[in-house]
Amino acid sequence: MSIVKAMFRAVGGVHPDYRKSATAQKAVREMPLPALLRVSTAQHLGAPSRPVAKKGDAVLRGARLAEPAGFISAAVHSPTSGVVKAIADAPTPTGATAPAIEIEPDGRDAWDPSIAPKPDWQTMSSKNLAALVVEAGIVGMGGAGFPTHVKLSPPPNKPIDTLILNGAECEPYLTADHRLMIERAEQVWAGAEIIRHILGAKTVRVAIEDNKPDAVRSMERAMAGAAGDVAIAVLKTSYPQGAEKQQIYGITGREVPTGGLPMDVGCVVENVGTALAIFDAIVNGRPLTERITTVTGSPVADPSNVLARVGTPYGDLVSFCGGTSGPVAKWISGGPMMGFAQHSLETPTTKTTSGLVALAPGDLTAFASTPCISCSRCVTACPMKLLPCELSQILEAEDYAAAEALNVLDCIECGCCAFECPSRRPLVQHMRRGKARAMARRRAEEAKKKGK
Amino acid sequence: MTKEADKPGAEEAGKTPLLVVSSSPHTHSGASVRRIMLDVVLAMLPAVAVSLWLFGLDALRLLTVCVAACVLFEYAARKIMKRDAGIGDLSAVVTGILLAFNLPPGLPSWMAVIGCFAAIVIAKQVFGGIGYNPFNPALVGRAALLASFPVQMTTWAAPSRLSAALEPARNTLDAMTMATPLGWTKTSLAAGSQLPIGMNGGVAWDFLAGFKPGCIGEVSGLALLLGAAYLFYRRCIYWQVPAFFIGAVVLFSGALWLDDPAHNMPPLFHVLSGGVILGAFFMATDMVTSPVTKTGMVIFGAGCGALTVLIRKWGGYPEGVSFAILIMNSLTPLINRGTKPRIFGHAKRNGRK
Amino acid sequence: MAGTGLACALVLVIADRFFAVHEDPRIEAVAALLPGINCGGCGFAGCSDYARAMVAGEAAVNLCGPGGAETSHKVAAMLGVEASARQRMVALVLCGGDASKTTRKSRYNGVADCVAAHSVGGDKLCRYGCLGYGSCARACPVDAIEITAGRLAVVHPDICIGCGNCVRTCPRSLIRMAPDSRTLHVICSSKDKGPVVKKACSVGCIGCTICTKLVKNEAIKMEGALAVVDYTRDPESDAAAEKCPGHCIVLTKAGVAS
Repeated sequence: MSIVKAMFRAVGGVHPDYRKSATAQKAVREMPLPALLRVSTAQHLGAPSRPVAKKGDAVLRGARLAEPAGFISAAVHSPTSGVVKAIADAPTPTGATAPAIEIEPDGRDAWDPSIAPKPDWQTMSSKNLAALVVEAGIVGMGGAGFPTHVKLSPPPNKPIDTLILNGAECEPYLTADHRLMIERAEQVWAGAEIIRHILGAKTVRVAIEDNKPDAVRSMERAMAGAAGDVAIAVLKTSYPQGAEKQQIYGITGREVPTGGLPMDVGCVVENVGTALAIFDAIVNGRPLTERITTVTGSPVADPSNVLARVGTPYGDLVSFCGGTSGPVAKWISGGPMMGFAQHSLETPTTKTTSGLVALAPGDLTAFASTPCISCSRCVTACPMKLLPCELSQILEAEDYAAAEALNVLDCIECGCCAFECPSRRPLVQHMRRGKARAMARRRAEEAKKKGK
Repeated sequence: MTKEADKPGAEEAGKTPLLVVSSSPHTHSGASVRRIMLDVVLAMLPAVAVSLWLFGLDALRLLTVCVAACVLFEYAARKIMKRDAGIGDLSAVVTGILLAFNLPPGLPSWMAVIGCFAAIVIAKQVFGGIGYNPFNPALVGRAALLASFPVQMTTWAAPSRLSAALEPARNTLDAMTMATPLGWTKTSLAAGSQLPIGMNGGVAWDFLAGFKPGCIGEVSGLALLLGAAYLFYRRCIYWQVPAFFIGAVVLFSGALWLDDPAHNMPPLFHVLSGGVILGAFFMATDMVTSPVTKTGMVIFGAGCGALTVLIRKWGGYPEGVSFAILIMNSLTPLINRGTKPRIFGHAKRNGRK
Repeated sequence: MAGTGLACALVLVIADRFFAVHEDPRIEAVAALLPGINCGGCGFAGCSDYARAMVAGEAAVNLCGPGGAETSHKVAAMLGVEASARQRMVALVLCGGDASKTTRKSRYNGVADCVAAHSVGGDKLCRYGCLGYGSCARACPVDAIEITAGRLAVVHPDICIGCGNCVRTCPRSLIRMAPDSRTLHVICSSKDKGPVVKKACSVGCIGCTICTKLVKNEAIKMEGALAVVDYTRDPESDAAAEKCPGHCIVLTKAGVAS
């Protein structure tokens, strides 16, 4: 086991004020059950899950509430024991609404008897282990929520030689993964070993940014004695070092091809939280029902890393952290670079809620409609080497065909361009529109082809 | 964007204000156009100070008139076009100072005002304001003045301190005016005489310091370089344009000089004379009119340098920087299109279909 | 000079002779009868494309909204086909909730475009309501849509050519095509239940179903908690407009909210 420095330097990126000191050294605290839990059916990429629970059902913790609706989908499970009060629309972090299963806890917090630990997982086949991951409803916990079993079942013509465990946590304010690597290092590493076994990967790298030396030491202790080509890759702190494509390049020098996936270059990247969830699912037999969320920001009275059940209303998280001691202009679900601004604190947590950040009126930054001055700071910052200035002008003029030709679909929406823009243009919003239109056009074209 | 959507406003008194919702990112580096322009103004202050020392009240007059006229024209033009005021971003102030820098000290104020009109109204506001102008506004102003008032735009006063090597260039009839080093060289060559200036160490230092006639802002290379260092530190300009501009000037003037030293001044002379330093660091680096890609900046800078030497050697004017930059401005969109970087994840050029 | 000119002329003659594209001359003649707005409302890529399709027998001659009945008769006469009558359709924004009648849930900062605003959840408490940032107005080829001072989109039916661009653009799909002749409309698209609607808007459909009892022929049907007009049936009575407790049924020329 060794500690290596990342060999390659991905281009672009920015250096925001990281503001992690409020919570980086605070141990994770578990919060009590709220009065009502609302478990969304749309908390992952892919098809929303189909409810199987009905109003009035008595459920135990870990019982299946909704089943996957297709291959790229995931199940959701009850975060505690109680009664299903309703299946009703609940707000999602992105501002939309989706059906959610509402559970009123009974206070006993009893696990479902179907929970079946598999301590002898090394004897199981990759296929069976992946099936357990599906059953546990595990999705990428770094924020995107991609159903994990899809990543763990690459087609035979795409062998995986490198597993990268993503502990970069490059977003400002967030320290959930940091605390995970300090407090649950053994279990995180055990989860990584399971993933390595499933994929048959020869090389494992745990990516940690150099602003987390205590996490490096903690993981080093946990990984001591691990067999094979395993190492901690220390990355220079920069945003978006935690972005999949940039991280793969930084560690292996390989570029994920446009429109492709990491498996196309023989890599799989998993968040450390996902690794822990896999450990819990396989070794303890427990489906995904809780996660750590960093609740922070200058107005929050007691910023903390909170362990909360999936479906906890954001308002309850904030109350657990002492409420707010000043006016809040914006609440962000996730981190400030890629997170979603909330309309209210009614939104319930999902499997991917890594952070809840409050911005005081003095921290608020506003977008404006001033013209682009071609300063090229966005071009320097873009980790995908796009020309955000030109794309934004084309998208402002609503020329979606030209935007697609200029590769707007390669944008990873990291926000580096808008972060730097002196004209305060809403660049990411423009990119999202361009991407949505390009995707819609491609889908329509494919549908036409199928129709013909 | 509507004004409403621009600034999330205050809510009715007594109620908890509504949360602000926007797309990500929800944080910012703090940069602004106004801050950039302020940095440029600060970077020009050393040259402003030196110009006041060398050209006295004339410099003060021109700077004040140009800045005031530019700001007023921008405000009035935008009001007439029913746009928001727009003068808060200080870009008109920058254009005013840069235009003044490009004027000879004796130019009448009313002519300077006309130059400001050309720069702000014609070259900038008519196209839509900042960000939409294809040409450097200050240079358009200068070009308009050069075409309209060629005599006054090429009449130079001696600075308060003059290099000894340039004394012979003083006008014998009227002790006020004299020829610039470039002008003097051109007329000497045309008359079939020898090259009039020897670029030894002392002369080079005089040139760098600014002890020579010329436009009020271009003479002191030293003051300009000081300001340029500040611009680099503040990330307002990138090294590619100035480096390749001056590099190309050195390369082409050097080639000519090596070929025929009797009829060509050495590269050091070319870099230190006229508007090369001002042009390379302050004019060619104008963000709106120069390329956004690093490769593009290299081509742009080199093109400016090459054209400068071309015009100085074979063109009708003794100085070529303004026109060189304006010509390259017209090529900027093409350069942008041709130098798009390879996108991360796309096939490398030699592997492309 | 003359030699160059002659050479160029020769090139042009040869090109015209050998490289000319042979096109049915009727296409150009039919295209000349069309309005030439290229709005795409017929479903084809512009007026020339629609002309080509009609000549090829691939398209009916009465699909042109802007051209109307007059154009379809002329084209039918030229091509020697039947021209069936076509009801003039105009766009109708099914939302009456301007700023004075609705509650906001948040303050939006971003691109002043409905698709963009909708993508972050919109700023109105009613998640079905008109966002009023003008995407539909910009999509309209004849400027028939006005965005009022209260940020509500309103279609002017006399200017509307029925091309359907606005219908396709609205991210909340709350613009609907209605026959020009009809006068009874439910100006609301909210599928929320009554109490939720009342919190968000003073002119929203509260799902009381009174209107369904006041019209004949089932001209208004409930879709969940929302009343929806069936324009193929004749209501025979205007009482619903007066009696609607939610104040969302209007009796007026199509498109203009009272």
